[in-house]
Amino acid sequence: MKKTDTIIIGAGPVGLFAVHQLGIKGLKSIVIDNLDKAGGQCIELYPDKPIYDIPAVPECTGEELTNKLLEQIKPFKTEFFLNERVEEVKQDKENWIVKTNNNNEFSAPNIIVAGGVGSFEPRKLTAKEAEKFEDKFLFYAVKDKEQFKNKNISIFGGGDSALDWALELSKFSKINLIHRRDEFRGAPHTLSEIKKLEKEGKIFIKTPCQLESIEGKDKIDTITIKFDSGKTEQIKTDVVLSFFGLIMKLGPIAEWGLNMNKKTIEVNSKNFETNKKGIFAAGDICSYPGKLKLILSGFHEVALAAVECFKRARPNEKYRFEFTTSSKTIQSRLGKK
Amino acid sequence: MPKITYNDNQGNSKTIEVENGLSVMEGAIQNDIPGIDADCGGSMACATCHVYVEEKWLNKLPKVEEAEVDMIDMAYEPKKNSRLSCQLIVSEELDGLIVTTPSKQS
Repeated sequence: MKKTDTIIIGAGPVGLFAVHQLGIKGLKSIVIDNLDKAGGQCIELYPDKPIYDIPAVPECTGEELTNKLLEQIKPFKTEFFLNERVEEVKQDKENWIVKTNNNNEFSAPNIIVAGGVGSFEPRKLTAKEAEKFEDKFLFYAVKDKEQFKNKNISIFGGGDSALDWALELSKFSKINLIHRRDEFRGAPHTLSEIKKLEKEGKIFIKTPCQLESIEGKDKIDTITIKFDSGKTEQIKTDVVLSFFGLIMKLGPIAEWGLNMNKKTIEVNSKNFETNKKGIFAAGDICSYPGKLKLILSGFHEVALAAVECFKRARPNEKYRFEFTTSSKTIQSRLGKK
Repeated sequence: MPKITYNDNQGNSKTIEVENGLSVMEGAIQNDIPGIDADCGGSMACATCHVYVEEKWLNKLPKVEEAEVDMIDMAYEPKKNSRLSCQLIVSEELDGLIVTTPSKQS
């Protein structure tokens, strides 16, 4: 079990800034996130979209904001546990024990939940047979492309992931690319490559249509797709790949005994503590009278929560409010002379 | 104030008055209409405020932008009359609008 001063759940902008606010007070933290990289919604939903309301930053993209925040917290050498989802939170006297789906365990007097709208998970196909074949013959991501050699592959989706994998896997497999409308959304170069391969008979494009059913007993034999015209077609298929983006699921957070309001965690607006002492919530996931779901609000929330975290992690020390411009202690923590 | 009717796929129906300038999504969230999640809060990034619009209204709605169609690709069971309710801004012209929520949002 790893011990730290604060466990931060969520590596979005608010979680990252929490590292900073704790760090300048001399508190250690670790960060856990279900995605494979830091940035949260900024990186997953709108990496290229400009944001115009970060104070003193007239314009930056989600990706730029994330990179700047990572740079800002570099001096604290914080350990990140990515691709991991927190499953369990339990109390152990003054501390909280957090367990992840990767069997990592952490202990700390404080937890800051900066989990946005929950953890990102692939949006799944709804055909009722889909679950039965999942992870064996039906996948929402490609981890090892070797397993898709010399197969009949049916790919669903019209965005970059669907197009890129159609292109890549067509090198050694027969591809059906299935989309609900005639237009695809991808890089122009990718689109022209796809069209070329369609002419060569390596990729079969089926539009506008959607999945109707999957047939097969122990493995997938065929799938049936239904066109907008009402016509259906059965396609010989060994493997189904589906790329309909990610969806946010609150997941286990709802089971930690925190007071919830719809999908948000209720906090006080003094230090953003929940109904459980030592568990704080900040950013989109918290609610209090007047809450605004803005990144800048999350920054304010973690700044105040960090003060309470200090008091709990250092009960024998007095908290002193300091400015980064004048405090020698903070400056040395930031690696400045 | 314009009246908007929200039907769910079970046949339940609720008609509420929504202030001009709010989105059809915000009208639903503020009035606890079930079936619209709006996880991203209206930034057109999640497709969980997806609704089906009664056909006759389709032409009266603000035009669908590319980004919205791309997002609808991700939605649960999209149809020809699919829209994201966060992009439908309520005005007097939309008085009487009827939308139906899909059987689920994700």
